[in-house]
Amino acid sequence: MSLTLPLLVIIVLAIVGSFLARRRALSVSGGDIRHLASLPKQHGLNAILSTVVPPLLAIIAWLMAARIMEYRGAAPLWVPLAIMALAVAGVVLSVVKVSNTFRARTASETWIKGLLIGASTIAILTTVGIVFSMLFETISFFRQYPWTEFFFSTNWSPNFRGNSDLGIIPLLWGTLYISFIALAFAVPTGLFAAIYLSEYAGPRIRGIVKPAIEILAGIPTIVYGLFALTTVGPFLRDYFAQPMGFGDSASSVMTAGLVMGIMLIPFVSSLSDDIINAVPQSMRDGSLGLGATKSETIRQVVVPAALPGIVGAVLLAASRAIGETMIVVLGAGAAARISLNPFEAMTTVTVKIVSQLTGDTDFASPETLVAFALGLTLFVITLGLNVLALYIVRRYREQYE
Amino acid sequence: MTKSLYSADARTKRRNAAERRFKAYGAAAIGIAMVALVILLTSVVTQGIGAFRQTYITVDVPLPEAKLDKSGTRDMAVMSKVTTIGYAPLLRDGLVNAIAEAGIQTDLSEKEIGDLISKEAAATVRNRVLAHPDLIGQPERFSLLADGRIDGYFKGRVTMASAALDQNTSPEKLDLADKLRDAGIMQIKFNWAFLTAPDASDQRPEAAGLGVAILGSLYMMIVVLVLALPIGVAASIYLEEFAPKNRWTDVIEVNIANLAAVPSIVYGILGLAIFINFMQFNQSSPLVGGMVLALMTLPTIIISTRAALKAVPPSIRDAALGVGASKMQSVFHHVLPLAAPGILTGTIIGLAQALGETAPLLLIGMVAFVRDYPEAYSSATGLFGDPSTALPVQIYNWTQRADPAFVERAQGAIITLLVFLLIMNTVAIVLRRRFERRW
Repeated sequence: MSLTLPLLVIIVLAIVGSFLARRRALSVSGGDIRHLASLPKQHGLNAILSTVVPPLLAIIAWLMAARIMEYRGAAPLWVPLAIMALAVAGVVLSVVKVSNTFRARTASETWIKGLLIGASTIAILTTVGIVFSMLFETISFFRQYPWTEFFFSTNWSPNFRGNSDLGIIPLLWGTLYISFIALAFAVPTGLFAAIYLSEYAGPRIRGIVKPAIEILAGIPTIVYGLFALTTVGPFLRDYFAQPMGFGDSASSVMTAGLVMGIMLIPFVSSLSDDIINAVPQSMRDGSLGLGATKSETIRQVVVPAALPGIVGAVLLAASRAIGETMIVVLGAGAAARISLNPFEAMTTVTVKIVSQLTGDTDFASPETLVAFALGLTLFVITLGLNVLALYIVRRYREQYE
Repeated sequence: MTKSLYSADARTKRRNAAERRFKAYGAAAIGIAMVALVILLTSVVTQGIGAFRQTYITVDVPLPEAKLDKSGTRDMAVMSKVTTIGYAPLLRDGLVNAIAEAGIQTDLSEKEIGDLISKEAAATVRNRVLAHPDLIGQPERFSLLADGRIDGYFKGRVTMASAALDQNTSPEKLDLADKLRDAGIMQIKFNWAFLTAPDASDQRPEAAGLGVAILGSLYMMIVVLVLALPIGVAASIYLEEFAPKNRWTDVIEVNIANLAAVPSIVYGILGLAIFINFMQFNQSSPLVGGMVLALMTLPTIIISTRAALKAVPPSIRDAALGVGASKMQSVFHHVLPLAAPGILTGTIIGLAQALGETAPLLLIGMVAFVRDYPEAYSSATGLFGDPSTALPVQIYNWTQRADPAFVERAQGAIITLLVFLLIMNTVAIVLRRRFERRW
């Protein structure tokens, strides 16, 4: 028996229940609603909520339970019957309860509050889901593949016939190298842009530049990826890598790093902008009053005061760079290698997650499961960076509020 | 050293120079950002605008009854037995006739002339004939897609030199194409099909379109809106208006801030492991894509909704409570409506982010080659359960193909995506301007 019928029954019962509860409320008050503790419509609302919420929760619970127990096929007869019984019980109880003294408003608000709490726990459930979705597969990966090899081997060469080398070191190297170049480009640019905008620029320039930087922030990463692939990559190859003898690959650490740097400029600049604006004006005035020039004030007073916040912003940007996927998929290449030459193609953790999980996948082989171990490593690294950054930024905000 | 107030001493000069340098660094940083933006947008537009124009060949195609309907009774079963292979010679004949009529001299064989027409065109003609069987018998005027190489020639992607090395075309064919264009048989028209047609195979870049991808993205946005908006608003109301200040709510807050910064690909792994492998939802379906993107958008919506709720002054709440409203009534009747514009703006911006997101969708299989328009509901696959693709994934898909014509398509798709994003963001800005209240 499918669950469509119970759903229909629940809806019909809710409508009937709401109608009955109003009618009954009017009749127990003898037609004068001033005798009621709650308005008839609140009795109606209470009837709807008590009819709908418990059976819906039961349906969700059953669906989850069926999945966990790997129960296939239609639900046994007692499940829809139990669900409908819950709905009937809801209607009967809520209608019987209607009286002059019953506070239906409080009762229905308790239901609503429960729903609100439920919604706010979804955020927690998402995190739990993220961790568990990767944890189980990672454990089964480490049953098939030694963890020492995974964390310390410098060789990555998956082979779907078995006998793969799945060392994370070359992937981490590529990830960190690209992120480093991206940050080396984005942090000074974003920071100086923020300083100029908040300390020097007049309202006219700000009116033009700020929206333009916001456009940069709103562009999807796939667009940056294609920009790296078709424009930046060939340009760097033809004008830098080949003439200087660094190799002839269009996809390289430099390509991905530079484009990722462009992507991060608005991120760094808007975060730093907030932080610089939070430095109290009195500190600037004090410095200017002692005869410092504007740049001296910024360098010796504003930036040091804002430093914790700026560090937090840089950490958040680093977490972004490490987790970025599309730019490196299209711009960095697929070869796992450890090299210092920035014009060589290297690969990252995210690229390998994509390549191991798309196409034909066999969820029993270590070559597929390694993606979950990579994902968990990525999650742990970014989580560490985010928590640290959020902690620093929060502490800093409190300092000046 | 002269000590005059009218001439700056060395130290002052040095300090002023440092000041100017510092200011120049700032201006340079802004300049770099602006130049990057301009180069990015020009490269997209110059490489992608071509996708919106397409070369067509307009000819009268003979539709002989003897070939297309052997029964002579317009019986569908008989007519549909004639495949596109049966139609292709007719298109070729039509083009050969048109060349003869226009008096164009060419040394190419009939088969080679037929290569000027896209392989997709036969299917177009066949579909139209099957839909209107009464067309059979007379020649009918059709606008046929030209081959991708010919189209590339008019757009400058294919040159005589590259054609000489290309086994799919030849300089003679390009020459003929030039003459056909002069004769008006070949025209370049606005390419509506790019926005409506489904994807095409590797060999037919000229026929590839965004229809399925746009539909898939639209379905996903509906799922995201339906899931993320109510849940996000409910969660924000609880956290902002009701939650006691304790350990648990602190955990939730840190958690939400962290979720906003989790790499998007991690959400893809979540979707793959939980929604597809564990809950057995259909792979590549807009439903799963929408659910993953909804989880990803949720923190954005929660953060902006909480800001909007916080901006409503406490006096509004106090007034409602003062005349006997319950806490819940004060929130739902007064605070929420006042915060609605802010919530809406945040939601649109969250949706715009979700629309451009690619990485998680790759992992849940939306990168598959899909030619059938997905149904919003079908009894076999349920609500939004048909396999589909999405705009950003289609772009990625096209970048992985060999023919450079697909790069033009990909950039064209980016223009389409950016136009959608521009519209959404403009709506958000207009809403904010119109309804924003300062208390």
